[in-house]
Amino acid sequence: MKQDFKILGTRPIRPDGLEKVTGKAMFGADKSATGMLHARILRSPHAHAEIVSIDTSKAEALAGVKAVITGADFDEVENRWTRYTMQNCMAQGRALYDGHAVAAVAATSKKIAAEALKLIEVEYKTLPHVTDVDEAMRPGAPLVHEGVKGRKLGDDVSGNTVGYYSFGHGDIEAGFTKADKVIERNFKTAATHQGYIEPQACLADLGADGRGELWCSTQGHYMVREVCSEILGIDASQLRVTASEIGGGFGGKTTVFIEPVALKLSQKSGKPVKLVMSREEVFRATGPTMSASMDVKIGMDKNGKITAGHAKLRYQGGAFPYNMVMMGAMSAFACYDLENVQSEGWDVMTNRPKMISYRAPGAPMATYGVESVIDELCQKLGLDPIEVRLKNAAREGSKSSYGPTYKAIGLVEALEAAKAHPHYAAPLPANTGRGVACGFWFNFGGQVSVSMAINTDGTVNLIEGNPDIGGSRASISMMAAEALGIPFERVRTIVGDTASVGFSDVTDGSRVTFAVGIATINAAKAAIKELCKRAAMIWEIDAEAVEWVDGAAQPTGHNAGNFPPMSLAEIAATSGKTGGPIAGHHEGAPDKAGVSFGVHLVDVEVDPETGFTSIKRYTAFQDVGKAIHPAYVEGQIQGGAVQGIGWALSEEYIYGEDGRLQNPGFLDYRIPVASDLPMIDAVIIEVPNPGHPYGVRGCGETAIVPPLAAISNGVAQAIGKRLFELPMSPPKILKAL
Amino acid sequence: MSKIHVNSTINGDTVEFLCEADETLLDVLRDRLNLTGAKEGCGTGDCGACSVTINGRLVASCLVLGAEAEGSEIETVEGIGAPDALHPLQRQLLEHAALQCGICTPGIIVAAKALLVQNPDPSEEDVRYWLAGNLCRCTGYDKIIRAVLAAAAEMRGENP
Repeated sequence: MKQDFKILGTRPIRPDGLEKVTGKAMFGADKSATGMLHARILRSPHAHAEIVSIDTSKAEALAGVKAVITGADFDEVENRWTRYTMQNCMAQGRALYDGHAVAAVAATSKKIAAEALKLIEVEYKTLPHVTDVDEAMRPGAPLVHEGVKGRKLGDDVSGNTVGYYSFGHGDIEAGFTKADKVIERNFKTAATHQGYIEPQACLADLGADGRGELWCSTQGHYMVREVCSEILGIDASQLRVTASEIGGGFGGKTTVFIEPVALKLSQKSGKPVKLVMSREEVFRATGPTMSASMDVKIGMDKNGKITAGHAKLRYQGGAFPYNMVMMGAMSAFACYDLENVQSEGWDVMTNRPKMISYRAPGAPMATYGVESVIDELCQKLGLDPIEVRLKNAAREGSKSSYGPTYKAIGLVEALEAAKAHPHYAAPLPANTGRGVACGFWFNFGGQVSVSMAINTDGTVNLIEGNPDIGGSRASISMMAAEALGIPFERVRTIVGDTASVGFSDVTDGSRVTFAVGIATINAAKAAIKELCKRAAMIWEIDAEAVEWVDGAAQPTGHNAGNFPPMSLAEIAATSGKTGGPIAGHHEGAPDKAGVSFGVHLVDVEVDPETGFTSIKRYTAFQDVGKAIHPAYVEGQIQGGAVQGIGWALSEEYIYGEDGRLQNPGFLDYRIPVASDLPMIDAVIIEVPNPGHPYGVRGCGETAIVPPLAAISNGVAQAIGKRLFELPMSPPKILKAL
Repeated sequence: MSKIHVNSTINGDTVEFLCEADETLLDVLRDRLNLTGAKEGCGTGDCGACSVTINGRLVASCLVLGAEAEGSEIETVEGIGAPDALHPLQRQLLEHAALQCGICTPGIIVAAKALLVQNPDPSEEDVRYWLAGNLCRCTGYDKIIRAVLAAAAEMRGENP
């Protein structure tokens, strides 16, 4: 399926670049409105407490305060998942975690809003709490919610256990008996935060007539519209949501935290309300991903063939039911073609903030366990870690551990590239170790809507419904230009508001370049069909006798007539006389996303005196199908790898006995900074996805999956001892030494 | 409490403003002067998204009071580069695809420009340590570092 492209694979300057380097780009907190109020949220200081009473009278009496709301201001919501989202935005009856919103204020200034918060009197009755996954799962643990225990679950687990999943095939017990070596280990990973630099922010204006405007930083403004209109009981058509430029999300902006609150305050006050979270609020009440406790058992024969694998994953997802361990269970062994495999997962609630997706949600921790045990088996059996992975690697036709049979995939290609790379053969200095690990992500398709207008000057406007989180307007413009056969610069892609194009799913699952790409190509096809029809009309020949080649209509052959090609611009120039504007659009739900695999190689150095681990060299190999804009694909791989480095070495949610988060700030929640890192070499592998006209798979998430294990494997080699818990912070490494 | 009257020069223009005694320079820039290029990522001086210079000195504007701007020359991202000619840092960041979401970009540009004034020929390590106070969660810093080094070379008149 090798194709020649004119535009795909080049590296043009992104269309939104100028605004972003001059400070003009409008992010969530950058918009204001005339007569606007400023809102603040009061949050629970307790991990778990009954809200006995809230007295807002003093706050309401403060000059400048225009509205105060609590959970009592929100009506009952029928759909239980929407209800959980609402109750996460504003507690009703009980505060379920440290940082849970209990009241909100809108006032004429930030200062008055902050003063008003201090005047709200909340009487709490504290309740027993639980923040650790294993404790929360144990029968008798304090229950976060009653009556939501997963069906099929027995008395051996508590009512905090809300879901159970199992995937696999074969007979694992028989498989273990065939192994020359079986290793079983328990692993723990801390909860980590997406760490986007832009806190959640919105500007809401909702009138008494139920018509509203909402500007917000989100990964999916249609999702915001659906959820908010349901919570507020207004028509979706009446709430127009516009996505601001988004200052990072990584999954953390795939739900709402503040928008229903701001809308309610606006409704109550009759004025526009701006609500911006502080960094502390972001840590205490948004995000994080799940923490995990896992048992992984793998058997291998002396030749390196994995005879069986079994993973038990217990994920902690915070204060509401959720179902994300499924992704972990599905991805745990997805890299390998195994005869006998089972992965099980339990979703568990605790008194922590409600989890939300973080880049390849669920996969990095499960993969950390599996890839660590494989590495240990390689060590014990004296086998090369890449050769062992090649021996077991999933290929086209392999039955995956989670069910489907793979079509064309690129894991073997990525492993071969890693094996042949100079990095793998480079000498290792003292106190240094080299880790390798594989990773997998599904990539999603989902609902899309694209509208494309051909302008009379030969340029093209394209409207799509997915917030651009890392350069998608560039890749979509490139695909439009490629499909139409015109220069990239002639296409302008904008992210429309919810009133401009049809519903579009959230920007997640590495789906945008794949799904919006397909819609764009199909919209271009529709426009080309019309362009050919117009040319046929001008030439007075049959529309079927016209084809589109290199951006121009031309007769299909001499029999069709002898006319010179007519360009898009030429046809568009006269469109007013040949039947009116020319446009193309496409709505759909493409479902043939291609799974993606990555292989990471890392050299780590551990200082034996301080226990500090530094990354000396990093090379990431990833099959992306087709890199539309290779520089932004490299950027995704580099960024994912570095988030994984933070997860492996320094990032963690730290809770005390009191159930309160101890490190809600960037000083104590340490994400990697420039001086922590070397260059991150990204090697793009292109095994086209047969489910996309240009071969696109999606590339955003896979890169966060391998680093946890790759770094742990490197540390194990560097210090001669293996850690089974993340992050591998200096105190833990010193303890191991 | 009465407000404080402040005279300053921002991006070359004389600017007068009134602010509260406890109001940060960042809030003054964003809320009173509509200069929203500097961003608030943390409000505690940890992320660098609000970087500006005061009399040439790089600061986190969330840790500076608006009143401290009295008599000072302040530069924000809005003052860097001309409409018809971007600053080499801005252009190199674009050419290196060194931004994804772009929220940290204004702070990176202001901080890197301050570095290149002090040190026109920084090593990779110099750039990494100087920018250690500017968090970027998207890029892994690789392309940012390359872009800053390329801009430095360009400003020294070296061919890439």
